[in-house]
Amino acid sequence: MGDDIMSYNGGVALAMKGKECVAIACDKRYGVQNRTIATNFTKIFQYGDHCFVALCGLATDVQTVSERLKFRTNLYELREQRKLKPIVLYNMLTNLLYERRFGPYFVYALVAGLDPKTGETFVYDSDNIGAISDNVNLATVGTASDFIFGLGELFFKPNMNPDELFEATSQALLNGVDRDSASGWGAIVYVIEKDKITLRELKGRQD
Amino acid sequence: MSERYGFSLTTFSPSGKLVQIEYALNAVNAGSPAVGIKASNGVVLATEKKSKSLLHDDRTIHKVEPICKNIGLVYSGMGPDYRLLVQKARKLAQEYMLIYEQNVPPTQLVKRVADVMQEYTQSGGVRPFGVSLLICGYDYDEDRPFLYQCDPSGSYFPWKATAIGRNFVNGKTFLEKRYSDQLALEDAVHTAILTLKESFEGQMTEDNIEIGICDKEGFRRLTPAEVKDYLAQIA
Repeated sequence: MGDDIMSYNGGVALAMKGKECVAIACDKRYGVQNRTIATNFTKIFQYGDHCFVALCGLATDVQTVSERLKFRTNLYELREQRKLKPIVLYNMLTNLLYERRFGPYFVYALVAGLDPKTGETFVYDSDNIGAISDNVNLATVGTASDFIFGLGELFFKPNMNPDELFEATSQALLNGVDRDSASGWGAIVYVIEKDKITLRELKGRQD
Repeated sequence: MSERYGFSLTTFSPSGKLVQIEYALNAVNAGSPAVGIKASNGVVLATEKKSKSLLHDDRTIHKVEPICKNIGLVYSGMGPDYRLLVQKARKLAQEYMLIYEQNVPPTQLVKRVADVMQEYTQSGGVRPFGVSLLICGYDYDEDRPFLYQCDPSGSYFPWKATAIGRNFVNGKTFLEKRYSDQLALEDAVHTAILTLKESFEGQMTEDNIEIGICDKEGFRRLTPAEVKDYLAQIA
């Protein structure tokens, strides 16, 4: 692990698009370098009926950024009397991160969401200073992000239905984390559809 | 100026009034009339723009001003105070855009502008703005037009149709009779011109009134040629 601050706590997350559905998944490990402390540290946070954010990196910043973002989204919903859209949440998050451009938070972010009326899907990712991406099919963040990305690219097909999407997401995540000592110890997957959100817990290799 | 005075110049009278705000409203009511009408598919703002001299080059100064793509303003009262508020409103709209990458919804901009106006009734060493604003805009999320009035006190009111400035009472009475929810934007422009005509002294031309419209496409000020066409239709 060495000195690298982004791999101090470990962890990984992935988001993938389907047809009128998106999946977002993360592992559950919380560790301090090579020591696993807890196996219930999920990195996915919900900010609206159909808007989810995953944050990977330094655990303290994962917590702080998710809380500070909640502060802003709560005020937004009160002021504007409406629910957040995924693109607005994404812009708020990247704005929050860029505010700390010269003393940044050590988290990389994923935003995944759905427009319940049109079924339009959104998956975006961001680095730790708020660089925005396009609306992509697949995005990964975390210590095992490269491994999961390769598997994700392999399993991804356009216009998957929710079940196929769940399978592709789970397999990419579970097999990817097996190659990384700092990630794993179980996983959770959210599948977000127009009318429902399904949360499933995965039991992988507990090592 | 405001650094030197730590206390507000707007203070309560024994009856519970803030007389500075009352006086500000007097300044508004002495100003040239402005009218706003919300139609089913858009909003129209109109105002009298009389110059005091034939030598004035009318076409370079505007009363109806765009704030961002989907929002426009007009006023009654003191011109210079209005200019400042336009600049502040534009900056507020862009700040919103920087954070959310969305056009500011009219309701949100109105809240922020009204907060600015309220600040000047409580901060040290400043006086309230001597303008009332009519703010029109299109909300893309709710897919409908909005019309708001902002007063020197910082209160804001959503309107279906309203008049401010000189003879505003007559203007509002006129509008109460003419307004209907089924009004389309074209009809609303006619009604706005007719409302202005009620308090207009002299001949109305495309150079002494200004009209702005806001619909789904956004806000824009009508060109003098377009105003001339509307005037010809009601002649």
